[in-house]
Amino acid sequence: MPINLSITTFVHLKINLKIMGGFFKSSIGRKVAMALSAFFLMIFLLQHFIINLLSVFSAELFNGVSHFMGTNWLIQFVMQPVLIFAVVYHFIMGFVLELQNKKARGVAYAKNNGAANSTWMSRNMIYSGLVILAFLALHFADFWVHEINVKYINVQPEDPARYYHELVEKFVPIWRVAAYAVAFVLLGLHLAHGFTSAFQSVGATAGRKKALQQIGRAYSIIIPLGFIIIALYHHLNHH
Amino acid sequence: MNLTLKIWRQKDASSKGQMVDYKVTDISEHMSFLEMMDVLNEQLINAGEEPVAFDHDCREGICGMCSMYINGEAHGPDRGVTTCQLHMRMFKDGDTITIEPFRAAAFPVIKDLVVDRTAFERIQQAGGYISVNTSGNTQDANAIPISKHAADEAMDAATCIGCGACVATCKNSSAMLFVGAKVSQYALLPQGQVEAADRVRNMVEQMDLEGFGNCTNTGACEVECPKGISLENIARMNRELMKASI
Repeated sequence: MPINLSITTFVHLKINLKIMGGFFKSSIGRKVAMALSAFFLMIFLLQHFIINLLSVFSAELFNGVSHFMGTNWLIQFVMQPVLIFAVVYHFIMGFVLELQNKKARGVAYAKNNGAANSTWMSRNMIYSGLVILAFLALHFADFWVHEINVKYINVQPEDPARYYHELVEKFVPIWRVAAYAVAFVLLGLHLAHGFTSAFQSVGATAGRKKALQQIGRAYSIIIPLGFIIIALYHHLNHH
Repeated sequence: MNLTLKIWRQKDASSKGQMVDYKVTDISEHMSFLEMMDVLNEQLINAGEEPVAFDHDCREGICGMCSMYINGEAHGPDRGVTTCQLHMRMFKDGDTITIEPFRAAAFPVIKDLVVDRTAFERIQQAGGYISVNTSGNTQDANAIPISKHAADEAMDAATCIGCGACVATCKNSSAMLFVGAKVSQYALLPQGQVEAADRVRNMVEQMDLEGFGNCTNTGACEVECPKGISLENIARMNRELMKASI
């Protein structure tokens, strides 16, 4: 009977939603959610790096792509909110899990030799994360607040050529380049563990762990180092 | 060899503990770590003092009872061994050795170096089994074809002795290597399929209820595990839970 069918479907849907809700409240569900937000952030970082790299080769090309990213409705009103959600979720859940994990120990060891069985990066994700958070605060104040202000609050006519100058201008003071370099070294260390860790969390390491570790190592060195080189390039070449 | 031991002493579960220094002399490098502890305890008993309480049973590396955190590592500095299989040749004359109980809020200290690991039993009871009618008409397990690869992997997971070294060594006191191994040993075999979804859900739920921390994939558990249980078992458990939840 159709009426029974729909009730059964509804009940099943309710059960399924309950199970799925339970999943994201579980320790493993949160770990998977951390990994999913990390995947999004790593893809975002890669495209950010590629766009920044364009600034080294051509101011026009960099301006063109930045203008597209800054005005495309899909990027602005779909991808940007997803990005903000991923950043906020990754940080908040990172802190929540760290606090839970500290509590799970109870009494601390008098002597603990963590270096005997794990890397410094894997044990200190919270500290590399905190440095990245501090950098993001500066980055948001520098670019994002400015963007929102120019585009949506004190609306100014769009100048498609402004992006390159805004970028170069930020790399003139040496203290800013130095802070930028420190933040990116810590980001590299965060990624050195985080890249493979995200794949392990979603259970995708079977049979490809070595390959993932190598890709992760390359990603965690090339991308942060590339960002630092771009900053140094503009610092040394500004007129 | 002569050694200084710094040992956690705690009268009972409700007392506050502290590290206490002891000296032991003429320890043979051929002794196991537990035999060295026996020498210390004889010394303490002869002096009219309370011996150090520590867990031990088989003394051949299969029961998982011995549970000391030695010089900052679960079961000490050797690899692939339990404390009873750790030999004094791993130490040097004049060394100071720090000995603590396995630490986790879910493993409360009962006395000195003895901790309560019944949280593992409750996780196991939540789903670490298959329901089979054992009234005499049970099908012969060998009648079910299983690939050699799956059988070997399931056996590797089943070698977990539930000692708790993974929890003790994990900076987050996570039990995921233990639970991952217990989920995997059934997930890899056809007999485990019928209850697979409920098993992983219930075991993970119990693990979280016990107050273990969250895995951050440091891999320390795999290094310190006396049975070499692989991190792949955690990845498999994650997949099993995802499968069971969608």
